[in-house]
Amino acid sequence: MKNLVEYMGLEPGRLQFSWISSAESTKFVTVVNQVTEAIQALGPNQRFVKKEAKVA
Amino acid sequence: MVQYTEKIREIAERLLKDCVVEVVIGFRSGTVPMMNEPFFARTPEDAAQLVWDSNCGINLANYLTDRKEKIAVVAKGCDSRNIVTHILENKIKREQLTIIGVPCLGMVDKRKIAESVNGEVLAVTEDGDQIKVRASGGEKVFNKADMLQENCAICIHRNPVIHDELVADPVEEQKDVDRYADIRKIEEMPAEEKWAYFDDLFKECIRCYACKNACPLCYCPTCFVDESKPQWLGKSQDPLDIRTFHFLRAYHCAGRCTDCGACQRACPVGINMRLLTKKLEKDCKELYDWEAGMTLDSRPPLDFYRPDDPEEFIK
Repeated sequence: MKNLVEYMGLEPGRLQFSWISSAESTKFVTVVNQVTEAIQALGPNQRFVKKEAKVA
Repeated sequence: MVQYTEKIREIAERLLKDCVVEVVIGFRSGTVPMMNEPFFARTPEDAAQLVWDSNCGINLANYLTDRKEKIAVVAKGCDSRNIVTHILENKIKREQLTIIGVPCLGMVDKRKIAESVNGEVLAVTEDGDQIKVRASGGEKVFNKADMLQENCAICIHRNPVIHDELVADPVEEQKDVDRYADIRKIEEMPAEEKWAYFDDLFKECIRCYACKNACPLCYCPTCFVDESKPQWLGKSQDPLDIRTFHFLRAYHCAGRCTDCGACQRACPVGINMRLLTKKLEKDCKELYDWEAGMTLDSRPPLDFYRPDDPEEFIK
């Protein structure tokens, strides 16, 4: 899925997946920090955002 | 092709006469050239209407979903792979089916032919590798190889994967075919360019859903596009809604699509949505070494967990 979304033009790194157990608090913190950092670097999302519905 | 037609009629007539099956699903000539239509032969006399030529691009596996009777079905390479997928997904039982396998030499692209002649196409006949087209603006003869549908030109499984009868000896499979040249070209584009590329690709889409109706994989009683609780995607002509539709439709075909080309063939505006399904096919080949519909003995990658499934995408 990630492959196809990026194939269609979403910036690499915008879509991220992780699996964190409820017991893995440190992993949770690390991943959240990494994701936030990566997304902030990419800036606000422009893709898959509908600004105004096109009316026929 | 004449031999194919005769053999199909002969087999169909025999099966119907001996009451081995209740219906034979095949093709008969359509009302306009290059548009053979699916045909359900129910009596031995009906069998005489069955035909075979290079305009049988519709995927007949589409007509098997959830049927209860005994059926014989005419199947080229891609159809047979979709039948395998149907059996794996419990949409039909193998015991119900008598598969009349057709070693396929590819289907012609009706748009390409219509564009290559002057005026309206009035009649199309075949003689071996030659396609003779009579149009209102004169007659023309083409090499069949130049007029194949894109997916047929790069097909590597022309012979039926499963069959009970075979109408001719298996044909030679195409070797050294580069199936993914166009996909790699898109993969190499920067994100910005990719986005623009697909915007342009889908700009003609009128959301008629012919692609999903022609597809043998799309058999849900209610399609996600029609659901309103929850509403998965907008129903408008907004480019984003169109894109989301194509994205989701393609993804539902991941690991199942056999690149039969029915979607592209059915599209009234000629969108090549196979660029999406083929990308998924390429990924499935690379990640899982999987080709859809090649065997009844293993489950498709996306409905089965294996401990060695690739998981690089997940943190």
